[in-house]
Amino acid sequence: MKDKKIFITGNEAMGLAAIKAGCKFYAGYPITPQNELTAFMARELPKAGGVFVQAESELAAINMIIGAASVGARCMTSSSSPGISLKQEGISYIAGMQLPCLIINVMRGGPGLGNIAPSQSDYFQATKGGGHGDYRLIVLAPNSVQEAYDLVILGFNLADKYRNPTMILLDAMLGQMSESVILKKPKILKVKKDWKIDIKKDRPQRIIRSFFIKEGFLEKHNLILKRKYERIKKKEQRAQDYRTQDAKILIVSFGSQSRISKEAVEILRKKGIKAGLFRPITLWPFPEDSLKRISKKVKFILVVEQNFGQMVEDVRLAIRDKKPVYFFGRAGGGIPTATQIVNFIKKLL
Amino acid sequence: MYEVKIEKDRCKGCGLCIEFCPQKNLEFSKDLNKRGVKYAVFNKNKKCIGCKFCYLMCPDSCIEIYER
Amino acid sequence: MKKITKTPSVLKPNPTHYCPGCGHGIVHRIICEVIEELGIKEKTVGVASVGCSVIIYDYIDIDFCESAHGRALATATGIKRCRPDLIVFTYQGDGDLASIGVAETLHAANRGENLTCIFINNTCYGMTGGQMAPTTLVNQVTATTPFGRKPERGEGHPLKISEILASLDGVCFVERVSVSNPKNVLKAKQAIKQAFINQIENKGFSLVEVLSMCPTIWRKTPSQACKWIDEVVTKTYPLGRIK
Repeated sequence: MKDKKIFITGNEAMGLAAIKAGCKFYAGYPITPQNELTAFMARELPKAGGVFVQAESELAAINMIIGAASVGARCMTSSSSPGISLKQEGISYIAGMQLPCLIINVMRGGPGLGNIAPSQSDYFQATKGGGHGDYRLIVLAPNSVQEAYDLVILGFNLADKYRNPTMILLDAMLGQMSESVILKKPKILKVKKDWKIDIKKDRPQRIIRSFFIKEGFLEKHNLILKRKYERIKKKEQRAQDYRTQDAKILIVSFGSQSRISKEAVEILRKKGIKAGLFRPITLWPFPEDSLKRISKKVKFILVVEQNFGQMVEDVRLAIRDKKPVYFFGRAGGGIPTATQIVNFIKKLL
Repeated sequence: MYEVKIEKDRCKGCGLCIEFCPQKNLEFSKDLNKRGVKYAVFNKNKKCIGCKFCYLMCPDSCIEIYER
Repeated sequence: MKKITKTPSVLKPNPTHYCPGCGHGIVHRIICEVIEELGIKEKTVGVASVGCSVIIYDYIDIDFCESAHGRALATATGIKRCRPDLIVFTYQGDGDLASIGVAETLHAANRGENLTCIFINNTCYGMTGGQMAPTTLVNQVTATTPFGRKPERGEGHPLKISEILASLDGVCFVERVSVSNPKNVLKAKQAIKQAFINQIENKGFSLVEVLSMCPTIWRKTPSQACKWIDEVVTKTYPLGRIK
């Protein structure tokens, strides 16, 4: 039997994927451009036997997620840039408590209230912390509605596998546009959550905590987290590359920008310029292994983002500045076009 | 007839049991316990009516009351 | 000799870090007595907040989830909505519940979440060294009101959060009690028991505000602290059933 194919917005596709992945609790707050996702969950999650709560703020929502995750429920919250800022305290706690959950950020222009146009300006916030303390978020960046659907399912699995908060990072354009999605049967990772709080009979007490005040205990806890992040870095890097075997110029972009940058690669190739595209899918762990390998034979790298230079720093770090790395970006809702990218490269040549 | 047993080294010397005993059967010790404080002592020579006020007020579960 | 008192078994035997004469120890014991007497100790889980009682789980032997400062009722909402079979209570101080967490408190109550909320009011922020709390009395000297709390200086009035929450339809039970003398301790236990019974019977949001001694910050002996509650604090925060 062929898998069903539907035409759906990015936001709703992620909601559908969450339900198919077994999400049983969603807490969110209205914010453009992800309101379609909140509304979808309000309609569909109760039908699937789950609980939807419109929280009083994004801050309250992330703290409800702590509760839901603590009893072992697959749970999710979503917001857009300013709302994600509000969640940072909660995210730090979730990482410290080693709770699994999914957080969706449909990025908009910032900083501050900004606008409601697409943007990629929360890369730093997602990958470098945002919240306090030594922790990392697993960050997945889809570039199509199909991939948004697939990465939500993967995200829940990774969150459960590593007991870590996981983020899906996309932009307003991807969230609100519609594309076809093939609904493949999801592979759901089943883990035994023997750490969750529950009815307590003939067993020791369980505490979901990030507070370790006794001498030496927090350092030990941080070592556990550190080793976990090292394992994730080793095993979970994901990226896609296009026409890179003989590329002399490597364009690096993520998310929806990668599709525009791919068009620039096509235009350049038609002009006889050997360009290729590298697209990180996991922003953390950053796919430095494959980037190092692919960039060995290129003359230079151009990082193109919908911000004023965030992922470019990780590109430089990954290749230890062994090749020249240039940057072209637009922010505040501006989107680098294929023509602009091509012209920028022409100036570099 | 009732008797109040107080765990000497658990007592923080807060004095709440002494304050609220309606019979004034409890008092501070003369010496110090392992915590370095004067602890509550039950005077066995006085009559305890088993009201349990001391048990109710003790924040540290130092007290158990026995019926003789 | 027959023992006529029974320290509850779910209260852990290790000594607490609380100051001599602090009310926390009394309330912890009451909660343990109540959940044992109601036969719910195996399915009761607690949400620890941030304050002197942050490590309450070291003293009560049930499963606990920590919460960020002020967010206990949001976290409790997440737990209860996913596991309505568990009995969920929060244990919060005045800063946690009525200052930083006031939105989460109000909205959990407004949604009528089927929860039991134990609110410890010692009119100050104890753990951090005695700063002003929303519940600090007028003229009360604290670390951040060194000249006494004066509403006319923009320092606010004592917040009667229990009275405010009582006005919400989702709230089924609000009572203010104290642990400042044996009679009040017994009344406090009755109120806390009712707050747990209401959750068992799915009646909605129950709040018990407990006026509690804080001898260290109040610069009083434990006995003086009890008198202070009975003679002064109850003038601003009268005891009794509010809803």
